[in-house]
Amino acid sequence: MAVESRERPDRGQTPGQTPNETVDVRLDHVTKSFDDVVAVDDVSLEIPHGSFFALLGPSGCGKTTTLRMIGGFEEPTDGAIYLGEEPVTGRPPYKRDVNTVFQSYALFPHLSILENIAFGLRRRGVRGKEVRGRVLDILRLVGLEGLERRKPRQLSGGQQQRVALARALVNKPRVLLLDEPLGALDLKLRKQMQLELKAIQHDVGITFIHVTHDQEEAMTMADRIAVMNQGHVEQLGPPDELYERPASAFVAGFLGVSNLLSGVVEDPDGVRLADGTLVQAQVDGKRGPVAAGVRPEKITLGESGGQNRLPGTIAETAYIGVATQFVVDTPAGTVHVFAQNIDSGKRIPVPGSNVTLSWSPESTFVVERGEEMSE
Amino acid sequence: MGSFLHRHRSLTPYLLLAPGMLWLAIFFLVPMVFLGYQSLQSGLFPHFQFTWEFSNFSSALSGYHTQLVRSFVYAGIATLACLVLAYPLAYWIAFRAGPWRNLFLLFIVAPFFVTYLVRTLAWLNILADQGPVVRVLRDVHVLGPDGRLLATTFAVVAGITYNFFPFMALPLYVSLEQIDPRLLEASKDLYASSTQSFLRVTVPHSMPGIVAGTLLTFIPAAGDFINAALLGTPNQAMIGNVIQAKFLESLDYPTAASLSFILMGTIMVMLLI
Repeated sequence: MAVESRERPDRGQTPGQTPNETVDVRLDHVTKSFDDVVAVDDVSLEIPHGSFFALLGPSGCGKTTTLRMIGGFEEPTDGAIYLGEEPVTGRPPYKRDVNTVFQSYALFPHLSILENIAFGLRRRGVRGKEVRGRVLDILRLVGLEGLERRKPRQLSGGQQQRVALARALVNKPRVLLLDEPLGALDLKLRKQMQLELKAIQHDVGITFIHVTHDQEEAMTMADRIAVMNQGHVEQLGPPDELYERPASAFVAGFLGVSNLLSGVVEDPDGVRLADGTLVQAQVDGKRGPVAAGVRPEKITLGESGGQNRLPGTIAETAYIGVATQFVVDTPAGTVHVFAQNIDSGKRIPVPGSNVTLSWSPESTFVVERGEEMSE
Repeated sequence: MGSFLHRHRSLTPYLLLAPGMLWLAIFFLVPMVFLGYQSLQSGLFPHFQFTWEFSNFSSALSGYHTQLVRSFVYAGIATLACLVLAYPLAYWIAFRAGPWRNLFLLFIVAPFFVTYLVRTLAWLNILADQGPVVRVLRDVHVLGPDGRLLATTFAVVAGITYNFFPFMALPLYVSLEQIDPRLLEASKDLYASSTQSFLRVTVPHSMPGIVAGTLLTFIPAAGDFINAALLGTPNQAMIGNVIQAKFLESLDYPTAASLSFILMGTIMVMLLI
């Protein structure tokens, strides 16, 4: 499992990346241990210039430690970090051309918004009118013009978040690091900031590396996501690829809802499920005991959904407006189905009805059986 | 009582304030008025008369300005020494001592378990001519063969520094301990070196502690008389020694009282500046 996951970054990176793209950040077999706890275990990554890159994973997966090593707040136990061509391992944060938006914002409470944002410029020797001009420009970019004289505590959480962003962006770093920057905002503001951050990133063209545990946030904003688990990168790729072709049971379970049905690879394109049903799937050369996965919205109640079929009994239904969720008991295990409510007035099958589930081989992915699924 | 308070809710804050105000009135306001009254009296013990004798102030000032200035110079040097010694210590305890913090704080407070007078008497032994410090300093020729520490300005300032050290160290520790380490990370992230981060983030944030520590050290140090009495000579006498002598030895209450007011007034003026 471990060996397998280490190879994945390289595989995930190939599609969509032209060989001429310059790389802004490169992690070369980076490991970080705290005493005897390995937080980041032999991670290699290449982050191309201008990308919005997300490090996604549950708490304790090593994503924040990875970010802190790029920022220079932690030193790797092993391996090397490059910004562009330059090795920066062992260099203190103030000698790295990266800036961070901290989770708690970490604005200087004793300084005005102007001086907070000007802090980095002044340390780099920018003087006089240029400082004020650049600060006012960046305040306009984040939509806070006119607030430069306030102190941080006089601003709302959302405004403070923008100041933190402005304070980092004004330095025009090579790479901007964002450590769960939206975590403290309420849901509505968070959704709004997600789109705004993406727009800002598009405008400034700086590489963003964004740490989050929120898969929806990562999918909304990032054009490339590395899913991390227990210090490893499980899979790396664009959001649709991670969703449609998860490379492990962990990724399938972490991004959205998945039905994972245990089985054994039987022929190059088929998996024999526990109940004896053979389903056609994207086996990709895997062998032995596996799980065949399919997303709930790709399953149709009835036989029109594709070649793969499974009989079942409806256990529960839940009408949620845009869709109806079904829990269906099948001989191969429990299956979740989302059916969109496109035709109004259509009769919804009630619990206890016998149904046939169908879906296409193209929507069927195959992963190694993870620890998450013990059956 | 309960139903009375319920009906007169607006009285509650005043009732809560009452004991403290009463305490202040009896033990601070009354003695101050009495001292002021005494400072304007004339005559000889025990036959003082209240005569609006403002000349007490001018004669006290002209007679003892040396000791007054000396008090502020000694207190100033001792306060500065406390700050320079306590800052690194408080910084280390706040940021580096980890689980041992409380133990080190206890070490700072530990001298308070022994009375002030006894602690100062201990310094008498430490700095004595036959004591270990003088012997070592003579051996390494920092002091001449007849050089001494006791009965010098150094001894008095060192004693004051020692005795008021905790009043500087504790407020400094409290203000340093409250600094969010993420602010220092942010500072380094924004291209400030360790020294710049210290000057631009740590020092401004510890300013309340520096101010509180300076006041708590300087004010009592300026009025101190025990260190000068035990570790110094009349050449090191501070204004506290003069006041003490006027009150208890020459029984010149009006001069003593006016000197007390001069000391208080000078400190207040210095605070306002």
